Order: sequence, then C-alpha cells, then structure tokens
Amino acid sequence: MIEANPASNYLGAAHGLRSWLLTRDHKRIGVLYLLGVTFFFFIGGAFAVLMRFELATPEADLVASDTYNRLFSMHGIVMTFLFLVPSIPASLGNFLLPLMLGARDLAFPKLNLLSWYVFMVGGLFTVAAAAFGGVDTGWTFYTPYSSTYANSNVMLAAVGVFITGFSSILTGVNFIVTIHKMRAPGLTWFRLPLFVWAHYATSLIMVLGTPVLAITLLLVAVERLLGVGIFDPSLGGDPILFQHLFWFYSHPAVYIMVLPGMGVISEIITCFARKPIFGYKFIAFSSMAIAVLGFLVWGHHMFVSGQSVYAGVAFSMLTMAVSVPSAIKVFNWLATMFRGSIVFDSPMIYALGFIGLFTIGGLTGVFLGTLGLDLHVHDTYFVVAHFHFIMVGATVMAYLAAIHFWWPKIFGRTFPENWAKFAALMVFAGFILAFFPQFVLGYLGMPRRYHIYPDEFQMLNVLSSAGASILGVGYLIPMVYLLGSLRIGKKAAANPWGAKGLEWKTTSPPPVENFETPPTVEGDVYEYKNPHVVRPPEVTLARG
Amino acid sequence: MRPELQFFPPAASTLANDVDLLFWFFVVVCGFFGLLVFGLLALFSARYRAKAQRYDPNHAQPLWLEIGWALPPLAVVAVLFVWGAKVYVEAYTPPSEALEIFVTGKQWMWKIQHPNGKKEINALHVPLGRAVKLTMTSEDVIHSFYVPAFRLKRDVLPGKYTSMWFEATQTGDYHLFCAEYCGTDHSRMIGRVTVMSQADYEAWLGGGEQLLSLEERGQRLFNQRACVTCHNGLPEASGPDLVGLFGSERRLSNGETVTADVDYLRESILYPTKKIAVGYAPVMPTFAGQLSEEQITALIEYMRTLKAPEAEGATP
Repeated sequence: MIEANPASNYLGAAHGLRSWLLTRDHKRIGVLYLLGVTFFFFIGGAFAVLMRFELATPEADLVASDTYNRLFSMHGIVMTFLFLVPSIPASLGNFLLPLMLGARDLAFPKLNLLSWYVFMVGGLFTVAAAAFGGVDTGWTFYTPYSSTYANSNVMLAAVGVFITGFSSILTGVNFIVTIHKMRAPGLTWFRLPLFVWAHYATSLIMVLGTPVLAITLLLVAVERLLGVGIFDPSLGGDPILFQHLFWFYSHPAVYIMVLPGMGVISEIITCFARKPIFGYKFIAFSSMAIAVLGFLVWGHHMFVSGQSVYAGVAFSMLTMAVSVPSAIKVFNWLATMFRGSIVFDSPMIYALGFIGLFTIGGLTGVFLGTLGLDLHVHDTYFVVAHFHFIMVGATVMAYLAAIHFWWPKIFGRTFPENWAKFAALMVFAGFILAFFPQFVLGYLGMPRRYHIYPDEFQMLNVLSSAGASILGVGYLIPMVYLLGSLRIGKKAAANPWGAKGLEWKTTSPPPVENFETPPTVEGDVYEYKNPHVVRPPEVTLARG
Repeated sequence: MRPELQFFPPAASTLANDVDLLFWFFVVVCGFFGLLVFGLLALFSARYRAKAQRYDPNHAQPLWLEIGWALPPLAVVAVLFVWGAKVYVEAYTPPSEALEIFVTGKQWMWKIQHPNGKKEINALHVPLGRAVKLTMTSEDVIHSFYVPAFRLKRDVLPGKYTSMWFEATQTGDYHLFCAEYCGTDHSRMIGRVTVMSQADYEAWLGGGEQLLSLEERGQRLFNQRACVTCHNGLPEASGPDLVGLFGSERRLSNGETVTADVDYLRESILYPTKKIAVGYAPVMPTFAGQLSEEQITALIEYMRTLKAPEAEGATP
C-alpha cells in the first residue's frame, strides 16, 4: 500500500496480527485504541437508537420497562466508561503526545500496551453484562437500588468499569511522566502545544479521581455480595454517601471527557485561522483551573438529594466559578479568529461545530448550577439535553475534528473533503434537532429515564427521535469514507494543512522512531503567518 | 387532560412564579451570551475568510482584555447564584404554620397520609392558598417527589425524612412524577396532585368513612407496643419522659446534644441504642422491621402532640 520505503514507517514496519497485538509503539497502540473506542461508540449508539425508537410514542410499545431500563443503563455505561473517557486521550493523545514532544515514545511503552489490554478486558466484562441480560441501575449505580434491590448483572458491569478504570490510571501516569521528562531540547513548558496542556490536566484528573470510583464500586460489591451495611439504611448505611463518592469521580470525569477536546480545538482554530493562538497562557492555565475546580463541585449533582441546604449553596457557588475558565477559552478562540485568514477545511468545520455546541451546553449548565432552577429541572430531560451537548455534541465533534485533522498523519492518506464537510454539517444539524427539544421537554417536567410519558410530550419526543436518526447517519458517513481512504485515498503530504507543531515535521505516516533526527525546538509553537498580508497594521481600532 | 402540544408547563404555586421569573431572566442573559458567541463566529467566519485582504495578524494580546472579558461572566454568574440560592433556601425551609402531610414512597407507588388519618395512593389533594409541608420517606430505594406545575422536587430517601413545601395558587389537576430512577416501573410511579378551594378541600377531607387521626393511631400503637411501659413519665421509669420532647434539645450520654426532630425520633424507635439520652441505660429493644413507615409516622405524630405540662391536658 505504501510505495516509498514502506519499511520505514510504523504501519509498514511489521505485518500480521501478532505485530499489532505485541507492539509497544505508542502510534500502533493509539490505533488499537482508536479501533476499540470507535467499536464501543457504535455499540453504545445502537442502544441509543433503540431508546429513541421506543420514545417516539408515549406508551411502552417497542420494549418493556425492564428492557428499556437496561437499554439506557448500558448506553450510559458503554458511552461514558468505554467511549468518552478514553476517546481522545487514549487514541489521539497516545499517538500524538510523543510526536508533539519530539520524543521517541511514551515513558513506559509496555505499560501503555498493558493499559490497552486492561481496557479491552474491562470492556468485554461490560459487554458480557449486556449479553447475559444487561444491567438496569443506570450508569450512576445509585444505592441502595444497585447494592440491594436490582436483580440484573450489576456485579459484572461494575467489575467491567472497575477494570477499565485502571487503564485510565495507567494512561494518566504515562502521560504525566512523559510530559515532564521527555520534552525535546528547547521545548519549555510554555512552548508546549495546548493539546499537551489539556492532556496534562486530564491525566491529573485520571490519576487522582479514578481510584475513588474504583473504591466506590468495590464498596457496592461488598454490600451486595457480603451484606455489609455501607449504603443501605436497612443495614445501617447511608445512601447519600454513595452519591458523594460517585460524583467525586464522575464530575471530574466530565472534564476528562471535554478537556482533551478543548485541546484539539485550540490546535485546529489557530491552524486554520493562520494566526498564533490568542491568550496561550490563559488557555493553558484555564485547563488547569478546570481540572482543580472540577474536584470541588460534585455536590451540584445532589442539590435535591437531601444533602444539607448549606452544602447546596456552597457547591452552587463553586460550580458558577467553573464557568469562568470555560468562557475564557471560548473568548480566546474567537479572538484567534479575529483578523485571521480563515480556511474552512473539514477539521475547521468540525471545530466550529464544537464551539457552537459547547457554548449551548455550557450556558445551559449555568441554569443547572443555579439552585432555584435545579429544583425544577434536576433529573429531567433538561439535564439529559445539557450533558449530551457537552459530552456528546462537543466531545464527539472534537473527536471527529481530531480524527480528520490528524488522519493524514496517522494513516498517510487523504479523504474526500466535501464528504467530510457534509458529514460535519449533518452531525451539527442532527444533533441540534435531537437534543434541543429535550430542553423544552425538561422544563415541561418530563423526568429522565421515563419511557412512558404523558401524551402532550409526544411531539417534542418525535422531533428528538427524528434528529437522532439524522445524527446517526451523520456519524456513519465518516466511517465509510475514512475507511475507504485507507484503500483508495491519495498519499498524504507530511504537512497537508500547513500546520505548526513537531508532529507535522516528520513524514506521514511517521517512521517507527518518530523522527529521522531528534528535533530541537527554538521558537513558540504557534508561529502561524498570514499568507495574505498586504500592508502593515494601522493604529486605529475602528475596524473592529 | 387532553393531549395537546405544550411548550411551557402550567404554573400553580408561588414558587412556580419565582422559578419562572428566574428562568426567563436566565434565558435573556444566557441568550445574550450565546447569541454573542454565535454572532461573532458567523461574523469572523465571513469577514476573515482567507484571500480577503488582511492586516498583519500578529497584533498585541493585551492583558487587560484577557482579564476584562472574564469579569462580565463572573459578575453575571455571581448575580445568578445569589438569586438562585434565595429561591432554593426558601423552597426547602417550610413556614412553621404549614399544613403537614406525610408521603411514603415505595416501588412503585406514592402513599399519602393526611393528619386527620385520611390516606391516598398516587394522589395528593391540597388546599389552595395555604402553605403545605410534605414530610417524606421511602420504604425501599431512593425516589423523588416531583410536581412540575409547582417547579418543586426533592429526593425521598429510605431511613431518613426529607421535606419541602409549597403554596398552591391555581386549582386543577397536575402531574406528579417520581424523578429518581427506582427500578422496573419507575416511569409508572406517577400520580396526580389536585389543588382544591379551601371549602372543597374541607369537604373532601371530611368525606368518606371516619378514620382515626394519625395522632390517635399513634397513641393506640404507643399502648399496643407497650412503649408506655417505660416511657410513662414516672421517676423510676427506665425510659425518658416523652412529654415536651419534640423539638427540644436532648443531651446524650456521649456528651453531644441533638434536637429531637423527626429524624431523631425515627432513629430512636428503630435503632434505640445509637443515641442514648443522658442518665438512661441502653435497654430499649429495636423496632426495626416491626413497624411500617406509616406506623412510625403515626407514633411521631403522637409524640409531637405530647406538650409540656403548662399546655393543659397532656397526660401520657
């Protein structure tokens, strides 16, 4: 397939299944993760398709209650733990971090391969839970339902999630050490690409947060299997304790899902605006601020849970504070576009889609962080719409943006631009149609996890299901042309987008050792120049 | 209620008006920021597309701008936070004169007990224009009592009481939903809240067969279960006197002080040895598993009426 000197790049260097399954090359492991998480994305998506069909009518006519409860639980568990958490970091982060740092590989290549196996084993447990009858606790595993009352495969699913968590920890440790110790000569902290900063912040959350989730699931197992009272009040436990522990991980986990996406967008906006990123340090530090503040806001999932009113007030205040670093990022991206020379290639279309969906998701998050409004919209479709805008709309948009942006680098092939732009618009339009009606449904009072609902909610549910079908097709189109490009795509140049960053200074696909000669870094990372400058800047600001 | 397309829920409580006002304020403020971002995205995309004549892009990145544009969002969320907190604290702080109704959730139904002993299932009748406090608990898993027309919900927990209150402003029938996932028939754990005029409510409350009031049922249980054997107020009694207990500060044998509220009483009935009043031995047997949530409610309601001696006629 690859004509010139095939043995020199990482794809052609070795052949056969064995060479992939025993590889220690971060690029190949990144590709393995790409396959793994995309596989789980479509499994989770299949559950969603069935749910949206069922929700098209107010009655339970497609599936029975127990089935529906298993569908949304499996959808949530698969999408959260097997797709969203590892999506960008484990696949693209794995592939790109050493390249961006000018390194030969990650610090611990064998640990990296181990993390993939741990991930796949955890994933298989979770899929097995589905195959043997499913789990019906929701992805949140709330006690005492999960620990005492549920009759489904709670343990199998929990073990799956527990195991998968270790792959997150391994990846996080690997990234942190690599960023600290393996930067090329001259690559100072403030010359790092913002993608790397975002992954540094993400890795900190993975390492600090994931063990808490593991402990929490272990405690559920202890109560469920041994009958030790931890969360069930009839055994002397406290059900709210579970929620505190669960959200102490699972709120920061939202930032595991969205921070890497923000890193991707920072790379793409500056590249296609042909302008150095605006507010480099502010974007870098806002990632760190989000990572730190993200650990202090878990109680906003519990405003109506019976926790003390004063705790609610404190958590609301801290939640509001998180909106500021997020706003800073959006403003800086806009300022980067200001007076740029913007090229609308497909990654840029996806990136603009990210900003749009993230803005809507972020602003509606402020509604939910406000105590007086959460009283009404908590646990309704308003919440469902909000977190899908952030975690699915924005994060999957960033995932697709990243795949398109770095596809020529990863596989050395180009894809049809027009199809890519068409799919981006379809995903955006389908997403808005699928999830915007859910805000209205939520304010009307439709609770989440309801598949039987009052008749007056039907029209909005039908709209949502229609949008979901468009969205589904939008997600499938890139699968087709991207896979096709591997066979019939033209060979990609080393730097097809005219991007900066060390990963573009090596061939596409990169050689096994990443660089012919180890690079050194002399300037800032985003030295983009406007190709169309015709005269020097004027002093007046009147044009803005 | 005929099926019809709705875009906004009916508002039937004083809280609903507060929440809606806050909501529309949010829509305006967040709408402004949202449109600003979308507008600038569109404007910059159109105006600064490649090949148009352009200035040198390497303009300054002034610090005042970075700090300056962080301030408006900070100021806005500060205002939103304070307003939202005020609405929330009020909704969860019932006025003392509120009519108290007891709610018990179980898989998958709502059981309601009125103070006069009237019971309902999956239905709640309340009077118009009067503060109503719901004291809620669950027999099994966590549920959440949610009335969209009141813009109000709170989780209903096993092993603990939670409460919230509302004052209805519109007569009519409204949805009651369980908002916390609770198993198979979660989406069938629904009911109807009926707001009636004061006169209709009195008529409804007095209608049907005459039942023992909650207090009377509590008193009967108090004697049947032999609580009275020890909690009889005599000097040599092995249990503390319960007259005037409700709402008072209790000193415990471990030196702590607790308020004798519904949660304390509930715990002391079910797990008597957890908190021992000072001067008493931990000899009371547990009633865990022997009393239903409704019976516990009745007992507490009875204890609440045991007023201190100066309030006449209260003999245990």
